[in-house]
Amino acid sequence: MTTSTTGWAVEAEGLVKAFGDTRAVDGVDLHVPTGSVYGVLGPNGAGKTTTISMLATLLRPDAGSARVFGHDVVREPQIVRQLVGLTGQYASLDEALSGVENLVLFSRLQGCSRAGARRKAAELLEEFGLADAAKKPVTQYSGGMRRRLDLAASLIAQPPLMFLDEPTTGLDPRTRARMWQTIRRLVATGSTVLLTTQYLDEADQLADRIAVIDHGRVVAEGTNEELKASVGESSLHLRLVDADDLDDASVALERVLGARPAVSPEAGRLTAPIQNADRVTDLLVTLRESGIRVAEMSVSKPTLDEVFLTVTGHGVEPDQMDDVDAEASAALEGSRA
Amino acid sequence: MTTATVTPALIIPGAERSLKNSVGLGQTLSNSFAMAWRGLLKIKRTPEQLFDVTFQPILLTVMFTYIFGGAIAGTPEDYLPFIVPGILVQTVIMTSVVTGVQLREDMTKGVFDRFRSFPIARVAPLAGALLADTVRYAIASLVTFATALVMGYRPDGGLAGVLLASVLVIVSAWSLSWIFAFFGVIARSAGAVQGISLMILFPLTFLSNAFVPASTMPDWLAWFVSVNPVSHLVTATRELTTTGASGVEVWVALAASAAVVAVFAPLTVRAYMRKA
Repeated sequence: MTTSTTGWAVEAEGLVKAFGDTRAVDGVDLHVPTGSVYGVLGPNGAGKTTTISMLATLLRPDAGSARVFGHDVVREPQIVRQLVGLTGQYASLDEALSGVENLVLFSRLQGCSRAGARRKAAELLEEFGLADAAKKPVTQYSGGMRRRLDLAASLIAQPPLMFLDEPTTGLDPRTRARMWQTIRRLVATGSTVLLTTQYLDEADQLADRIAVIDHGRVVAEGTNEELKASVGESSLHLRLVDADDLDDASVALERVLGARPAVSPEAGRLTAPIQNADRVTDLLVTLRESGIRVAEMSVSKPTLDEVFLTVTGHGVEPDQMDDVDAEASAALEGSRA
Repeated sequence: MTTATVTPALIIPGAERSLKNSVGLGQTLSNSFAMAWRGLLKIKRTPEQLFDVTFQPILLTVMFTYIFGGAIAGTPEDYLPFIVPGILVQTVIMTSVVTGVQLREDMTKGVFDRFRSFPIARVAPLAGALLADTVRYAIASLVTFATALVMGYRPDGGLAGVLLASVLVIVSAWSLSWIFAFFGVIARSAGAVQGISLMILFPLTFLSNAFVPASTMPDWLAWFVSVNPVSHLVTATRELTTTGASGVEVWVALAASAAVVAVFAPLTVRAYMRKA
């Protein structure tokens, strides 16, 4: 990590934002080195969007402080706004306008002359493969096209720091891969990128460092390698015929694989990280010798859920998350209103 | 992307930029004009929004003239010089409600987050919306006068009188739109803005001398009509269209407009800034 001369792009300490009784962000610390891609990984409602909204001056933190290239987000918001570009989870474009009109408007607002704005818009549309759809209203754009236009709009001022809030959520795999390429190119121009995602794979592909965020707190932070090492290269899922065997199976797993498995008793399931797939054979032999019958077995790449199991000791809790998410978006709406 | 033809120039590092934390007057104006341009584009893109300034004036002018004309002035033709300024004022003022309703709708859209993340003057989206809507008032004025001309309206004040009357009504509607913009900023939904605004406007426009002379009304109502600023605006508009000259009523109407702006512009801007 190159942090020596240019320092931090983002320094956040103890950021808090509460919506009613819910602490959507509950003491987040983040340090993003200039020139890096920093991934913030977490499920829906973990506080990712709220954190970014505070860093981009859209929401005022209830407590804590944050600086962007040394400028305080609360005291110097207008300076911070000149340094950041924001691409939201839901594309923030003017639906009634065409692609080119959106870009011309945003360029004009950022101080381009009429001719300069037209040129810039044409350049960006060409670069993002949207030249053919330039004159169509955004309402007729597909999800992938909107994201691309949204990202293009954030690049007009060539901000040194880009916030990408779940840039690929809801995109099909091919469009996602193209979005990744675009983000990599962006980084090559010297921009610092703070990216939020629900996908471990995405964070792994793009980010230099990753923070795992849960219930408004950073629960793990490190390089991809560090994070993956803690989760394992892949994970083993076991479902037992008889849930009474769970304890015995758990002990066997820990002995053979050398890692403590996560147990979900109601489903009779065990999940454990594995570094070496060969060991699975040993495990199956051990289980048969102990008379534990296996209903189902699979090995897969670790998912966000498993990162969570490993890091927090619990999985993603869907119902809880939806509540927080709804409140956060309602509050953002309120602040926007 | 497939067409990676342009290689963006290297970005200037954040730490090496010299920036200031304030927005000057020049930038505020240029941001507001850019937002007004957006407003005009939206009008162009969604012409159905213009129903209230195109079909409504035609409908009202035809309807009121033929319903009330005979009863009030003997013939519809004789009623025209009286009713046209009234309808002009009512139509254009009603149009100003749309400013608040659309502002409310606009502020809940995702694009507003982008505006708020930009280093632009905070007030620009508001100023731009108010500015763009003057175009709507101009269209409403034009359509009202055109309909009346087709129906046989021949204003004695001539073209100059009609133009001056239009400008006066547009300025007044713009001033009033600050009230509705205020509701637009503080209300929770566009429907609420519409509801509150019409509740205020209906009494104001109907309890005036816009459609019938106040002389036939009971004393208490005639008193209200005589102090209602809308009556002064209607009288001023009648003077301009029938004589081409501006009397004291024009100044009363302008003073009332200025008073509305003086009160509501700061209120609106303050409420807006708190949320923006």
